[in-house]
Amino acid sequence: MSILIDQSAKVLVQGITGRQGGFHAKLMLEYGTDVVGGVTPGKGGEWFEGKPVFDTMRSAVETTNADVSLVTVPARFAADAVMEAADAGIRLVICLTEHIPVADMMRTLEFCRRRATRLIGPNCPGVMTPGQAKVGIIPAMVAMPGNVGVVSKSGTLTYEVGFAMKNAGIGISTIVGIGGDPVIGTTFVEVLEMFENDPETEKVALLGEIGGSAEIVAADYIKNAMTKPVAAFIAGRSAPPGKRMGHAGAIVDGGEGSAEEKIQALEVAGARVAANPEEIPGLLA
Amino acid sequence: MKLHEYQSKFLFREFGIPVPLGKVAATAEQAFEIASSSGGVVVIKAQVHVGGRGKAGGVKVARNAAEARQYAQEILGMDIKGLRVDKVLVDPGADIKQEIYLAITNDRSAGKPLIMTSMEGGMDIEELNRQRPEAIVREHIDPFAGLQDFQMTYIASAMGLPRAQWRGFGKILRGLYQCYCESDAELAEINPLVITAEGVLLAVDGKVIIDENALFRQPALVERRDTSGEPESERLAREAGITYIKLEGQIGCMVNGAGLAMTTMDMTKLYGDADGIGPANFLDIGGGATPEQVAAALRIILSDSNVKSVLFNIFGGITRCDEVANGILTAYNEVEPSVPMVIRLQGTNAAAGNRIISEARIPNLISADTLTEAAQRAVAAVKEQA
Repeated sequence: MSILIDQSAKVLVQGITGRQGGFHAKLMLEYGTDVVGGVTPGKGGEWFEGKPVFDTMRSAVETTNADVSLVTVPARFAADAVMEAADAGIRLVICLTEHIPVADMMRTLEFCRRRATRLIGPNCPGVMTPGQAKVGIIPAMVAMPGNVGVVSKSGTLTYEVGFAMKNAGIGISTIVGIGGDPVIGTTFVEVLEMFENDPETEKVALLGEIGGSAEIVAADYIKNAMTKPVAAFIAGRSAPPGKRMGHAGAIVDGGEGSAEEKIQALEVAGARVAANPEEIPGLLA
Repeated sequence: MKLHEYQSKFLFREFGIPVPLGKVAATAEQAFEIASSSGGVVVIKAQVHVGGRGKAGGVKVARNAAEARQYAQEILGMDIKGLRVDKVLVDPGADIKQEIYLAITNDRSAGKPLIMTSMEGGMDIEELNRQRPEAIVREHIDPFAGLQDFQMTYIASAMGLPRAQWRGFGKILRGLYQCYCESDAELAEINPLVITAEGVLLAVDGKVIIDENALFRQPALVERRDTSGEPESERLAREAGITYIKLEGQIGCMVNGAGLAMTTMDMTKLYGDADGIGPANFLDIGGGATPEQVAAALRIILSDSNVKSVLFNIFGGITRCDEVANGILTAYNEVEPSVPMVIRLQGTNAAAGNRIISEARIPNLISADTLTEAAQRAVAAVKEQA
């Protein structure tokens, strides 16, 4: 078991004929993910690595019975692509695209909620269940199968921690990159809940950062409802207030969203918080 | 992107929100003329992108045009929290009976627009939220249905607004919501919205922040960007497509990915703070950076004279470390930095990348295996120069 995806996931790539979409679709296929096709409006009828390309998500889903979709299209078209996937009945949409306007994301998220479609991202590296499937850009080399669940707002920091865990002989059940934007489809708490209910996940690593209050809400959940041990790291202790640190959501604003308050809340909730991400494997051992 | 107060209020006016009919002055003489033609009491307000103008002496009430000139003279050129005042807004004075807070913002947790309002306006909303959160009325807006009349009635009654003001307040709220939507604002705030002695509602101060990611469809607003407060290095980085933020420390950081970039900064502080050493910048070089981008980023980092060592922390996922190593060497030869550089390459093709660096035999290049080691060596390199 694992959460969100396993080897049975049938995946469509929206933007499969694009440079990014095509590159990562190939890596996903190499990893063993069941990529059943892709969608690029205007290129229906073409083939990509032996997989059919469709004009619309509706026709792609009808033909392939896909249940998962990866959105790799540019920011101006990404909100539309997510809604198209939800409208076509996709269960899980993973959106990698960065720089989507927040107003578009709020409408898109509401659209997904009304169709019971789960959205992961945007501005995220995707989801990987080591040894089974990956949907997104997480490199194969950063994780091995195991029973620690990883949930994170950032990409390369997650690779760093996954890799350190692998070097320490610790495997991962599923990695979920939830994204660094202010408004995202799936929050820390929702993923923690899935890990709590997943029999193959024994411990959880949570990688947060400054901005917003999602880590505080997660700390409440850990305190009140979680039985599995949690190790955590919060990036941005040295970030000055009022400055956006790369990720659109990573800003300490009006005294809210600082690393200190998040670390304190997590510690109070019983999580083991590392001052250095390379200490995470030690906290999970 | 932040708009100045005067820009925010001019924008509000386009959406039918009543604001004082003030004008902007860049000289004391202009302030005099504006005050003369408006007649009576005016308020001279510094236009800078920073809070706490009033406390810093950037807002003054002038009883006549001569005083307006004198105060404008004092405020123009003033330094407020590191920013120079180039413009003042000269607004006609208002006889204020009541101050209201009203704002629409993106609620991150709910993923919906949120109206926040209070009869206790004028003060900082964060401060009010800490002291008396119950004094703030909050209402989410359905992003598809938009603001409804019943919500306006609910808000007006819940906040305890006098009935005589409901109609006027409803018009302002509708205008502000329209402004928020059509401008792609992440914040549209009126603080204070005042009730005057004549019983009229007036938006006396305004603040609008536009979502950077939506600027592509806001050409008229992009033209209003004021970059005068932006450090030169941040402007160069923005033009080169690199995210760079200048900080106060001594260790220049070059990292791929925003979360890892913040983490790398944190590590320099974790191991350097006891000696007053920390990060000189945030810099995310992004995925698949070219040698040209690495060189540009290195030049920007080194343009900060506080930098005493540079820390490269690259986790190669899709990015290959051998390619990054070649990029670093090209950049090194082009820029010829005089400060030590600590290089840590991990992930895809890390061994090949480290071999390229070590074979180059450059005296002030220091390699490291782990992030911990890299941060400690960058700190040590700064200490050796002290």
